[in-house]
Amino acid sequence: MNIYEEDILDHYENPSNYGTLENPDISYEEDNPLCGDKIQMDLTVKDGVIVDVGWRGHGCTISQAAASMLTERIKGQCLEDIKKLSKDDQLDMLGIPLGPVRLKCGLLALKVLKAGAYGLKGWPGEEDER
Amino acid sequence: MNGAFRPLDVEAIRGDFPILKQEINPPLIYLDSAASSQKPNRVIDVLSDYYRTYNANIHRGIYRISEKATEQYEEARKKIARFINSPRACQIIFTRNTTESINLVANSWGNANLRAGDEILISVMEHHSNLVPWQLLAQRTGAKLRYIEVTDEGLLHLEELDRLLTERTKLVAVTHVSNVLGTVNPVQSITAAAHAVGAKVIIDAAQSAPHLPVDVQAIDCDFFAFSGHKMCGPTGIGVLFGKLDLLEEMPPFLGGGSMIRTVQREHSTYADLPQKFEAGTPSIAQTIGLGAAVDYLNDVGLDAIHPHEQELLEYAHQKLSEIEGITIYGPKPRHKVGAVTFNLDRIHAHDVAGILDQDGVAIRAGHHCTQPLMQKFGVIATARASFYLYNKLEEVDSLYEGLLKAQKILIRRRG
Repeated sequence: MNIYEEDILDHYENPSNYGTLENPDISYEEDNPLCGDKIQMDLTVKDGVIVDVGWRGHGCTISQAAASMLTERIKGQCLEDIKKLSKDDQLDMLGIPLGPVRLKCGLLALKVLKAGAYGLKGWPGEEDER
Repeated sequence: MNGAFRPLDVEAIRGDFPILKQEINPPLIYLDSAASSQKPNRVIDVLSDYYRTYNANIHRGIYRISEKATEQYEEARKKIARFINSPRACQIIFTRNTTESINLVANSWGNANLRAGDEILISVMEHHSNLVPWQLLAQRTGAKLRYIEVTDEGLLHLEELDRLLTERTKLVAVTHVSNVLGTVNPVQSITAAAHAVGAKVIIDAAQSAPHLPVDVQAIDCDFFAFSGHKMCGPTGIGVLFGKLDLLEEMPPFLGGGSMIRTVQREHSTYADLPQKFEAGTPSIAQTIGLGAAVDYLNDVGLDAIHPHEQELLEYAHQKLSEIEGITIYGPKPRHKVGAVTFNLDRIHAHDVAGILDQDGVAIRAGHHCTQPLMQKFGVIATARASFYLYNKLEEVDSLYEGLLKAQKILIRRRG
């Protein structure tokens, strides 16, 4: 399967929720030391619900499309509920198979979200790998 | 390097590398030898032969297969000594890779010789392996790290060398060939200038030993480090060459078996060179394999390999320069070996590599473990195609076509 699917390229070229928020409740930025891709995510939270989200970053199509798709998914959701978002959820959104290196590109946005919202610093899916 | 110049028969060479003969679709077009080279049958067979017929630990086994393993292991040391023109075989220390060789010098020689206020001179084009060990040494000792800058063309700013080299300079650590730019640095004259102020010199030869005939006595460097896996040998075997008097006075790096003469409860005395620096069971098969790789490179001849690689490099520069929106980093082909590094405007290097992979073209994308160099050129990542003896001109055409395809896919609607 081609990882350069129309859907991925659409999100890459016209990303949703791109930009920063004024006075966000949560703001977090991180880069992938393997390739230098960087994503910053801002969240505005009211009564436990994510009412607004913005993100900025640079990197390959996969990392940027994943951030666009993820922010679409979480807007309007309870902060507690998105704690359950897993590596597989993000990969389902992308809809393409990723090798071990590109996997980090695909999961960077989710990592930033979880680190910013819950202080979870590891890579999604690696929490209990052995 | 024996005998007169022979042009390279690339198809015959490719026949020596089983990975290139695989029936796969798309076929493998391997343009990442600067990261790790492919291995010829001779090397693979030597590894297999060791494990199948004389696998045993070396040095103290009083039985036939252990003696054979010891002989083959020490024979590899002699082959490698001749390959770089080391005066003696005992000046060849086996390590795990270039990185470990450099760390050996930083920890053993560095800890014993560096003091607060001393200076270590490196360059902006160093691989992290010839940078971070010196940062750590500087932090341990209070010494200061100074940098030779890189010009926009991708050469060392050598006009600054006279100003940077002072009586405070205790060590110059510089790469022979840049793993990103391919730049060949004038290590002989840098060494002479460093010696004039009393500094020692270590050369990172990871990217030169596979491609250029090297002579450590002509360069006159104090230390010289390289890896087996980039020169047709296995992973897990690296080399450190050092001058005899320095190696003899240096304290051990790793302690353990094999590196001792006698061990008492409170203290030990250490083995002679080279065992003093080879604690524990070494990479026996890999060392013998590197010996076979050196035999292979000698038989093909670096004097034939180098012109072939230059032809590939010239052609790659010419073809890639035709692409609109490409930036090629580094000097003209005549100043470099091995690699062409570039970016396509508005396309991330990872995506370039990802699209090339769809057609079987393997290149590397990222910072290539040279973040200060990336910062100098104001980029986060670059794409790098690198060549070796088994590459052919048609593979450069495939690279060129793949780059046009990447542009077509990724810049189609943004015009």
